[in-house]
Amino acid sequence: MIDLDDTDRALIRALAEDATLSAGALGRQLGLSQPAAWRRIKRLEEAGVFRGRRLELDTAALGLGVTVFLGVKLATKGRASLGDFERAVQAIPEVQTVEHVLGMYDYRLRVVARDIPDFERVLRRRIMALPGVGSLDANVLLSEERRPGPL
Amino acid sequence: MLDDTDRRILRQYQSAPGDGLAELATRCGVTATTLSRRLDRLRARGVLRAVRGVIDWQALGYSVEVSLRVTLDKSAPRAFEEFQAEARKVPEVLEIQTFLGQVDARLLVIARDLAHYQTLYRDRILALPHMTDVEALMHVARLKSDETLPI
Repeated sequence: MIDLDDTDRALIRALAEDATLSAGALGRQLGLSQPAAWRRIKRLEEAGVFRGRRLELDTAALGLGVTVFLGVKLATKGRASLGDFERAVQAIPEVQTVEHVLGMYDYRLRVVARDIPDFERVLRRRIMALPGVGSLDANVLLSEERRPGPL
Repeated sequence: MLDDTDRRILRQYQSAPGDGLAELATRCGVTATTLSRRLDRLRARGVLRAVRGVIDWQALGYSVEVSLRVTLDKSAPRAFEEFQAEARKVPEVLEIQTFLGQVDARLLVIARDLAHYQTLYRDRILALPHMTDVEALMHVARLKSDETLPI
């Protein structure tokens, strides 16, 4: 695992906020020269500290007014049914995230839709049509906050 | 309103957020000048809120990820606000969502290992106010996490 000092942690925090910042801009924020900032960023990237980048968009402005968290329990479990379900669920464009979990559900999905009737369409035509789906638990997102994490 | 070019830019950008702006302009079929003018406008209007670096917490030594589904005591008048305010003080809480449905809130919590998780759970999570029930879902695998929207 990578060793981090306070400057590294500040760099990670800054890039988590805005991944488009240049080494020069980051260096100025943190009192580093551009090459020093660049070397540190390179080292963090090589250690795999960032999984990638993500666009944070105003979903409502894009006409996607509803986000639902779905808990899915499979009716039949076997290696074949898991694979079929996983392949099919990832191909649904309205499904943003798929996580395999342990607990009262097998999968946790994050689904976006234009509105509640549109969500019903996605649920009935797409999700409930997936191979092996047993019970579902839907919770409509009211508010969301992402935190910087333990850095 | 967003036109087709805006949507095309956002669609292409979110599909490969790590690419440079020159490549993005080529994929969108617009000039670099048009692209930067459009992106500035999308930012100014709040449609494109940010391009975030997604931290891989596993690479930073956090191997345990748990979704906690929380039921709150709704008879307390400020149950949601007070629960959220206290949850924000726990650095290992990465996400706080509130819902309409069977569960009232969800916390995404990370920990270095199961022993660390147990300490966190007992000392910090169970101390949060107004909780009447907590269910844990342990994350096993992330199958889809790009959070791309169907634009």
